[in-house]
Amino acid sequence: MYQWQEYRQPKSLAEAIEDLSNAPVPAVPIAGGTDLLLDMRQGRHSNVHTLIDLTNIPEMNTIEIQGESLFIGACVSINRIINDPLVQRNAQALIEACDLIAGPQVRNIATLGGNVAHALPAADGTIALLALSATANVAFPGGVRTMQFQELFLGPGKTSIDKQTELIVGFSIPLAKPGQASAFKRIMRPQGVALPILNCAVWVEREGNRINASRIAVGPGGPRPFRATKAENSISGQYFNDDNISKATEVLLEQGSFRTSPRRATSEYRKSILPGLFQGTFKKAWSRAVVE
Amino acid sequence: MKNNTITMTVNNEIHTLPIKPGETLAALLRERLHLTGTKIGCEEAECGACTVLVNDEPVLSCIYPAGRADGKTIVTIEGLAKYVDHVMKLHPLQEAFVEHGAVQCGFCIPGQIMTAFALLKRNPNPSQDELRDALKDTLCRCAGYPMIEKAILAAAHTLRTGDPLPLPEIYESIHKRKLVGRKHLRPDAVDKVTGKAIFTDDLQFDNMLYGKVRRAMVPHAILKKLDISKAKAVEGVLAVLTAEDIPGEQNHGVIISDWPALIGIDQQVRYVGDAIAIIAAETPEIAAYAARLIEAEFEPLPVISSPVQAMEEGQPQLHEKGNLLKHIKVRKGDVLKGFEEADQVFDHTFHTQITDHAFMEPECSIAVPTQEGRMEVYVGSQIPYEDRRQIARVMGWEESRVRVIGQKMGGGFGGKEDIAGQIHAVLLANVTGRPVKLLYDRHESLIAHPKRHATQIRVRIGVKNNGRITAAETELFGDTGAYASLGEKVMERATTHSAGPYDIPHVRNDCFAVYTNNPPAGAFRGFGVTQSAFAIESMMDMIAHQLGMDPVELRRMNILHLGSVTNTGQALVESVGLTECLEKLDAEMRKTNPEPFKACIDPEEPNLVRAWGIGCAYKNTGLGGGAPDFANADIELFDDGKVEIRSSSAELGQGLVAVMQMIVSEELSILPENVRVLVMDTDLSPDGGPTTASRQTYITGNACRFAAQTLRQNIVNFLSKKFEVEPQKITLKDGFAYFENKKLSFNEIAKQMKALGEEPRVLYKYEAPETQPLGTGGSMHFAYSYSVQAAEVEVNKLTGEVRVLKVISANDLGMAINPLGLQGQIEGGVMMGLGHCLTEEFIVEDGHVISDQLARYRIPGIKLTPEITSIIIEHPTADGPYGAKGVGEISSIPTTPAITNAIFHAVGVRIDKTPVDQEQILKAMGNQLD
Repeated sequence: MYQWQEYRQPKSLAEAIEDLSNAPVPAVPIAGGTDLLLDMRQGRHSNVHTLIDLTNIPEMNTIEIQGESLFIGACVSINRIINDPLVQRNAQALIEACDLIAGPQVRNIATLGGNVAHALPAADGTIALLALSATANVAFPGGVRTMQFQELFLGPGKTSIDKQTELIVGFSIPLAKPGQASAFKRIMRPQGVALPILNCAVWVEREGNRINASRIAVGPGGPRPFRATKAENSISGQYFNDDNISKATEVLLEQGSFRTSPRRATSEYRKSILPGLFQGTFKKAWSRAVVE
Repeated sequence: MKNNTITMTVNNEIHTLPIKPGETLAALLRERLHLTGTKIGCEEAECGACTVLVNDEPVLSCIYPAGRADGKTIVTIEGLAKYVDHVMKLHPLQEAFVEHGAVQCGFCIPGQIMTAFALLKRNPNPSQDELRDALKDTLCRCAGYPMIEKAILAAAHTLRTGDPLPLPEIYESIHKRKLVGRKHLRPDAVDKVTGKAIFTDDLQFDNMLYGKVRRAMVPHAILKKLDISKAKAVEGVLAVLTAEDIPGEQNHGVIISDWPALIGIDQQVRYVGDAIAIIAAETPEIAAYAARLIEAEFEPLPVISSPVQAMEEGQPQLHEKGNLLKHIKVRKGDVLKGFEEADQVFDHTFHTQITDHAFMEPECSIAVPTQEGRMEVYVGSQIPYEDRRQIARVMGWEESRVRVIGQKMGGGFGGKEDIAGQIHAVLLANVTGRPVKLLYDRHESLIAHPKRHATQIRVRIGVKNNGRITAAETELFGDTGAYASLGEKVMERATTHSAGPYDIPHVRNDCFAVYTNNPPAGAFRGFGVTQSAFAIESMMDMIAHQLGMDPVELRRMNILHLGSVTNTGQALVESVGLTECLEKLDAEMRKTNPEPFKACIDPEEPNLVRAWGIGCAYKNTGLGGGAPDFANADIELFDDGKVEIRSSSAELGQGLVAVMQMIVSEELSILPENVRVLVMDTDLSPDGGPTTASRQTYITGNACRFAAQTLRQNIVNFLSKKFEVEPQKITLKDGFAYFENKKLSFNEIAKQMKALGEEPRVLYKYEAPETQPLGTGGSMHFAYSYSVQAAEVEVNKLTGEVRVLKVISANDLGMAINPLGLQGQIEGGVMMGLGHCLTEEFIVEDGHVISDQLARYRIPGIKLTPEITSIIIEHPTADGPYGAKGVGEISSIPTTPAITNAIFHAVGVRIDKTPVDQEQILKAMGNQLD
C-alpha cells in the first residue's frame, strides 16, 4: 500500500552495503530518487519495504582529485557538479550535460549516479562521461572494484551491477592536460517526453592544427551508450579541416544505429541532424583545446 | 540503522514527528503541519508548485522523502513574511508579485516565489537569462511569466539597494474613471503570495474519508462483470459503489445528459476515463489500493479514433442517436456565385490536435453531509449552479438540498465547466454519512476531463486578383470524444468563425461535431475559434503569397469594419476596432523592420533565419445564439459601512473578483477595500451564469454595476425622503453622503435605513441584449472582441527547431476596466497560444491516452516566453460596462497562425497541422546539408 515502509540513512559505505544485504526486503538504494519515486508512483517499479538513502555516505558525496584523476561521487547532486571548479576545469562536457538535465529544483536532488544507473542510451550525464573516458568504482560486500565505464551497461535499462549487493560509488575522469578539452550538445523537441532526440559529447587532444586523439559519444546510437570508435580512429592524427570532419561524420553515421523512436524522432530525422550536432560539438571542443 | 522520528526546522520552528511510511516532505508539510501554501500540481517533479527550500536550496517537496528532511532546515512560503508587532510585513518578493500583477490564479505562486527566493539568496543581481534558468521548470499556466520576471527583478533591486520597490508602468484606459480603467490590485493577491489562500485540497474536515475512482481504462467495450468483494473487504474501506447504487438519473452533462456517472453491467464503456466503481476509505492509500482490487471484465468493441472514421458507414454507434452530435450550418449569399466571381480559388485542409487545459490545480471535490440532511460540496467549479443541478439529478434530490461552495481555483480555462469528482464525492458522502474528499492526481486529471476538440478543417476561398475575397466555404470535423460536454456549442463557434473576421459576400460553412472513443472534448479558451482561426489565417497567408500581396494589405482589404455583415448575417453597427488593431500592429512591427515578412539570416549564425507573421481574429463576448444570457448580483450595505456584492460567477484566476470590486466601489463612490466580494456559493450568492465565453466582465460586471446603481439610488431616495432634501443635492463620496451641511457615513446610513424598515440591499438581474439563433440571420452576439497578433520567429535550418522571439498583440476589448488584470490575460493568452502552436499535443492512440503524465504533455515555461508588446484598442460597446467587451479568449486565438505564418516567411514551409513538428519542417525544407 505504501511505496516504502522503512527509510534508512546509512552513514558509511560499509553500513550501506550491510543494509542492502540485511534490511527487510525488498530493499532498494535511493540516491536523489527523482526517478525512482516516480517509477514507484507510476507503477513502473513495485513498492519496496526499505529505501536505503545513499546521500549521507561521505565517499559518494565527494568531488576530489585522486592522483591523475578527478573523482565524482555517485550521489553528488547535478547542481553541485555544475558549480564545481574542478569539474569545470577538467570536464566541460559533463558541465554542459548536467546543465541540460531537468530543472534547478530537480538538479539539487538528482545525482550523476542515478543518471548513469538508469542505463539509458541517451542519458546526458552518461554520454558525457563516456566521451571523458570515465571509470566507475563499484562497491561490493568484499570491497570496491574499478571498471571501465562502458562495462556498466548491458542494454537499455540494464546494468551489470548486482542490485542486491552492489553500489556505484563514483566515477573517475582523467584530469585534463594542456591541449585537451571537451564539449556536449543536444537536440530536443518541444513536445512529448523529455528525452533528447540526439545528444553528443566530444573530447579532443589538440596539437596545433592536428587532432592527436578524440573520443566521441552519441546518444541514442544503439541499445547501450554509444562510443563512436570508428569515427574517432578516422580522425585521430588528422588535421582539423572540413574535409576530415566530414569524413568522420560519414563514419559516425555508418557505425551508429540511429533508429526511430515513436513520438520522438524518426531515424531519418536523427541522421539528418546528426552531422550538424556532431560538427558543432566537435568544433566547440576543438576551439577550447587551444594551448594558451 | 532505523530512524523512528524526524526532527527538522520549518520556518524557524523545530518539529519532531514520528516517521510515516511512504511520506513525502510535501505531504508532511501539508497534512501534518498544515502548511498548505506548498501546492501539489503534478506529483511528478514537473511543475515546481511544491518548491520549498531545504538547507537553502530549492527542491521539489513532492519527490523528497520526508525521512531525508531529518536534521534539515526547511523554509516554505509561509516563512517569508515577517511579523512586526503582529503586523504582517510582506517579503519584497511577495510585495513585488502583488504590485506587478504576477498573481493570477495563484496556485503556482508559492513555487514561483520560493524558487525566486532561492535564486536571489545565491545571486542578488540575476540577469534575465539567469532568472529564466532558475525558473525554467516552475510552470505557470496563467502564464504570467513576463510579470513574474519583472516582479522578481524589482524585488531583487529592493533587496540589493534598500530602495522602495520599483513599480510597473501600467496602461490606463482612455475611458478611465475614478477607479475603473486604472491599476487596481487583486483583493486575493496577498493571500496568494503568503500561502494563506485556500484551494479545495487545502481543506480538512473531521472524520473525512478519501474517495477514489476505478476507471475502465479500455476505450470501447461492454462491461460484462464487476467484482468489488475484495475491495470491500479491505480494512479501512467504508464504501464501494457501482452504477446500481445511483439513486437518481444515471447520466449527467452540461447541455446534454449523455454521460453516465458510473457504467453499469452490460452497459457501454465509451472512453478510458469512464468510471465503473467508486471507493471511500480512511486514507488515500487504502482507497487507491482497494480500487486496484476491483475485478472487471469487458467485452471489447472496435475503437473509433477520429470523427472522419466515426462518420463512415458500418462503424459502431456510440450513442442512441448515432455518432453525429450535430451538423452545424452557416449560409450567407450564394456561394456558387461567389466562386464564379472569383479569379482564383484556393483549397486546403488543416488539422489541429487535442490539447489539455493543464490547469496547475488538479480537480478536487469534497462532499460534506450536514446535520440537516443537506449536502455541501466544496469544489473549484466554473458553473456552481450547474454542478448543483447535475448533482441533484443523479442523486434524485431537489436542487435546494445541495449547496455548492466554490473554492479558489488554480486555473480553469474551460476545463472546470463539466462535472469531475463532484457527483462521485456526493454519492460516497451520502452513503457513509461522512465528508469525502475526491482529489484527482495529474494522471487522472489528464485522462478524465474534457479537452480541446481536435479538428479537421477544409477551407476553400475564392478571390479576385486584386485580393478581394468573393466566397468562402469551410467544412469542419470536430472530435467531441465520448460525450457531448459543450461540444455542440464549441463547434458552432468554430463554424461561425471559420471564415475569419472578414467581410465576405458569399459563405457556406458546414461542421460535423462527432462522437469518438477519445476523451470527451468541451470548452477550452477560444471555444473552437482557436482551431478555425489557424485554418483561415493560414489560408489568408497562402493567398497573399500566391497573389504576391503583402499579408497585411490582403487583410486590410477584407477585414470586418463598421457596416460589415458577418457570415451569420449580423450587421456590425458599433465597436469594431479591427482596422485600428491591424494598423497599429503593422506600424509597431515595421518600426524596427520595414520588411517583416522577408526572411532574415543571422549574420553570426547563418543557420538561423528570422521572419514575422501575422494572424487576425474575432471572438464573441457572451453565450449568444439566442441563449438567455443573464447574471444576478446581490448587493448589501452593512452596519459597518462595508458593502458586499454577491454572485455565483466564478473566479478562476482571471480576475473577476477584482473587476466586481472596482465596479461597485466606482458606482457607490466608496473605497474598494470597503467592498467585499462573495462568489460561487449557491446558498449565498445568486446565479451569475456559467463562467465561459469571455462573458463575466460584461454580464456579471453589468449586474454588479446596475445593482450598485440601484442601491445608490435607494440610498439617495431614502436620504431625500428622510431629510427632505432634493435627491440631486445629495452627493456620495468616499463612503459618505454629503447634503446641505450634513455628512453621513455609510454605516450610519445602513443603520438608519434598517431602523426605518428599509433593507439596504438590492438583488439585480441583468439580462444581456437579446441574440438570435444561428440561421435566423439576426444578431447572433451582442458584442465581439477583435485581435491581431504578429510573431517573429527564428527557425534553425539545421534542425527545424522554432523559437518565437517577439509577439505583438493588439486587442480591441472595448474598455480596459482593470489594466493590470488585462495585462495578465493578454500575456497569458499569447503563451497559451504559443503552447498550442509549438509544445502541446495530447496524444491518444486507439482510444488510449499516451499523454497521461505532465511529463508527456509539455506546456510552455518561462524560457519560451517571447518579448510581448501589447497594444490596447478601446472601441466601447454601448451596452458593456463602461464599454467593456470580453478579453479572456481573444488574447489567445491569433497566436498560432501568427507563428506558423512567420515560419513560412522564414523558411518557406507551410504548417497545416498543429503542433508544429520540427522534423516535418526540416523534411519539407529538403535536407539542406547535402
